[in-house]
Amino acid sequence: MKVLTLGGGPAGLYASLLLKRADPDIDITVLERNPPGATYGWGVVFSDRTLAEFREADLSTYEAITDSFVLWDAIDIRYRDELIRSAGHVFAGMSRRELLRILQERCRELGVQVRFEVEVQDLSRASEYELVIAADGVNSLARRTFETELGTRLSEGRARYIWFGTTRVLDSFTFIFRENEHGFFQTHAYPFRGETATWIVECHEDVWRRAGLDTASEQDSIAYCEKLFAEDLRGHRLMSNRSMWIPFVTVRNRRWRHGNVVLLGDAAHTAHFSIGSGTKLAMEDAISLARSVQRREGDLEAAMTDYELERRPVLERFQEAAEESRAYFETTSRYRHLEPMQFAFHLLTRSGRIDYDVLRLRDTRYVEDVDRWFAGGVSVAPPPALGALSLRGLELRNRVVASPVLPEDAEGGALGDGQAAALASAAAGGAGLVVSDLVAVSAHGRIGLGSTGLYSDNHLDRWRTVVAEAHRAGAAVGVRIGHAGRRGATRPRREGLDRPLGEEAWPLLAPSPVPFTARSQVPEDAMDRRDEVLEDFADVTRRAADAGVDLLLIDMSRGYLLGSFLSPLTNERPDRYGGPLEGRMRYPLEVLGAVREAWPEDRPLGVTLVADDWERGGLTADDGVAVARTLAEMGCDLIEPRAGQTTPRSRPRYGRGFLVPYADRIKNETGVATLAGGGITTMNQVNTIVAGARADLCITHGR
Amino acid sequence: MRVGIGLPNAVPGTDGATLLEWARRAETGPFTSLGVLDRMAYDSHEPLGTLAAAAAVTERVRLVTMVVIAPLRSTAVLAKQVATVDALSGGRLTLGLAVGARTEDYQAAGVPHADRGRRFDEQLAGLRDRWESGPGPEPAQPGGPEVLVGGSTDVAFARVARHAEGYVHGGGPPRAFARAADTARAAWADAGRPDRPALWGQSYFALGRDVAERARAYMLDYYAFTGPFAERIAEGLLTNPQQVASQVRGYAEAGCDELVLLPAVNDFEQVERLADVVAAL
Repeated sequence: MKVLTLGGGPAGLYASLLLKRADPDIDITVLERNPPGATYGWGVVFSDRTLAEFREADLSTYEAITDSFVLWDAIDIRYRDELIRSAGHVFAGMSRRELLRILQERCRELGVQVRFEVEVQDLSRASEYELVIAADGVNSLARRTFETELGTRLSEGRARYIWFGTTRVLDSFTFIFRENEHGFFQTHAYPFRGETATWIVECHEDVWRRAGLDTASEQDSIAYCEKLFAEDLRGHRLMSNRSMWIPFVTVRNRRWRHGNVVLLGDAAHTAHFSIGSGTKLAMEDAISLARSVQRREGDLEAAMTDYELERRPVLERFQEAAEESRAYFETTSRYRHLEPMQFAFHLLTRSGRIDYDVLRLRDTRYVEDVDRWFAGGVSVAPPPALGALSLRGLELRNRVVASPVLPEDAEGGALGDGQAAALASAAAGGAGLVVSDLVAVSAHGRIGLGSTGLYSDNHLDRWRTVVAEAHRAGAAVGVRIGHAGRRGATRPRREGLDRPLGEEAWPLLAPSPVPFTARSQVPEDAMDRRDEVLEDFADVTRRAADAGVDLLLIDMSRGYLLGSFLSPLTNERPDRYGGPLEGRMRYPLEVLGAVREAWPEDRPLGVTLVADDWERGGLTADDGVAVARTLAEMGCDLIEPRAGQTTPRSRPRYGRGFLVPYADRIKNETGVATLAGGGITTMNQVNTIVAGARADLCITHGR
Repeated sequence: MRVGIGLPNAVPGTDGATLLEWARRAETGPFTSLGVLDRMAYDSHEPLGTLAAAAAVTERVRLVTMVVIAPLRSTAVLAKQVATVDALSGGRLTLGLAVGARTEDYQAAGVPHADRGRRFDEQLAGLRDRWESGPGPEPAQPGGPEVLVGGSTDVAFARVARHAEGYVHGGGPPRAFARAADTARAAWADAGRPDRPALWGQSYFALGRDVAERARAYMLDYYAFTGPFAERIAEGLLTNPQQVASQVRGYAEAGCDELVLLPAVNDFEQVERLADVVAAL
């Protein structure tokens, strides 16, 4: 068998030597464009798990690698001249040059031919080989040649970064944040030999331009960064190695092989450097490919399929976390108002792979410091989830919110026994706040016949009882008030969503005459009843105040009436209540004004807001932030972001805490408090979210 | 948690008589349901036809599809078949539906693969309409049988929350089931559905050293399309009572309502062997 490997980086060399080791009869040639010893980038990082895989794959390289790496276990975060250290993380780093030397050496030993300074121009000779391993990096020739067949997608990040080396000695993975007149910069630095460290500087592209770095020479860039990080470098210099400012390019391929060509490492996928090392992933690819070839006993077709099936899902998950991390580092300036303790905790938990419990396990002292800081400096502090919160005149005893989906046993809008019992049991469960789902502002605003309301004085007594009972249990009570809009008059939801009621149905209201599903009723023009609905909202508000409700949330989400005004998918009005976002917001804002006026000054008012339609042509997360900012300016105290359901066609993105990113953005970009829901089931999640300033309150669900 | 047993309707070489006898024996065991699989491009018996026959030789056990690949059939045909099996069984049918994972099944059925999601959405709404107000027969269960939706994508969980009564998982260790169950519950609550979704799981078994090799070969063949994962799926096969016990416990702890144990070989002794283990749990 003849194998050609393009690229003499870690992926190409390692795959080649592993193949040769398994079958010495394979004829393998590695082509590398650079001379031996030339390398770009400084150090590489491995986790202990990767090292275990190396040991199993080839003991000889494993031993050479472990002989030359350095170990460290701390992450240091330097922000506003405070240094925060979280220990207990195990990293192993080594010089990239040394790694390549080890792999080259082993290739020679096993009889892999490595030819340097060979520039491959095209793949015309690929057919002379049974297998072509394209390990030729992020700009892979092979990948560019078969871009269409491979389904390549490249996305460029909005930050610029540059690799340096330095003699500044580090004993940790170090993040340093500095701000100057041009903006916010960060350094990612880590040791790779006893006497040298990798030093990556990164900033948003706007900052990079403002600083004139887009036209700066290499020497100018070094000088700029040395000045900016002078205090951190402590007199040490930054060393260049053909260093250039570049955007991070995320490479994805729908398929990793075409014909006899298979992609490895950066050619197949990239993951942002902040989450650790492309080298680790590339070498794991090499192990998987070599193992597949061995297992399939030379059936290369099957081996390449196995390799791809095994590695692609792993990389997809990894890339997801890396994207979170990349996005975080592009928007670090969003969090610069946070105090160092919270800033650092947010950074450590950015990708979702490390959370409160993991940090506590690795370094109890650090997490106890976080707890103490969160509680305002007391000596023995509860975990953040159990910290109190005040919103206007309301004091909540903790950050946990129970918001049960209510049974559908209301009659004529009056709270049913099952509904009252569900709210009471939620209040007895220890949450600081119980939030009832949609309470209709009118009989025609109900979702169905079993929906609860507060549109008649007859509804008041039952609410008074429920609120008083919750207060006795120590929980505050919130209600979402709203009008179901074009999702009204449906059958009980236990039978499925949005199934029209049939003969008992009532007329529906919406901004535009488009039915929710093909089976739904065509709604009437909501603006024909503009004042009536405003009054309904104000009346319900007064009754809620009367009943002792502590927090009111106006529902502007999920395709209900006010939510459907906000979304361009459902609001096709040509008048001042439609058109651009400003117009689409007009009616919901009128409702907010009417409610705020009717609601006691000392009680908080919130909005349940559609922060993303999860649908092409719909509201995006940016729109969600813009609406939230306006709401906050108009006196809204709390935003509960929701996503999807504007139409039945939304493409949801579930996952742990799937609404948290919206709560995070809205909280940190507009300063308004947020309530996050969406698959939060553990105290660990609540602690992670609240301590990291992603939200102020969390809706949790039992299992 | 309830425990059901699968019929070997997708174990190649199983004849009709074996399926019927298997159903009879399962009926007398500690099992609460009889499950069937659906493949088009594979040596397997059609699931609803198989359950219709099973209905005739049993009186007690529930009959469950794990799953029927819905878009392979027209909505009208599927609605009628389901209503028929439900009527024949006296309302014992639970209908698991999904889009399936294999393109070959669509090719074999002569049905486009590309549009399957959109058609499935339409089917989920359309089936109910037909059971409630179609030409008949009327299903024994008013409004039609309980519907479960399977799949591992976010869209699948959204379908569970919009249209179904529950979720049917595709198999794996309890940890994988627990993750999927969390997502199903989160999607359900997000959609504003009261109560909680019914959660069904499945695992393969082949008890005894005498059948281990055949069972493994079957798993590798049935899941060949998954490449290296076929090995992993085969390794998940429950081959002794201890493994069955710990799987049952793990699924119960993850909140599973009913775990259906699917046979990887079609020897009758398997029913008795599994019955002994399950009865003693």
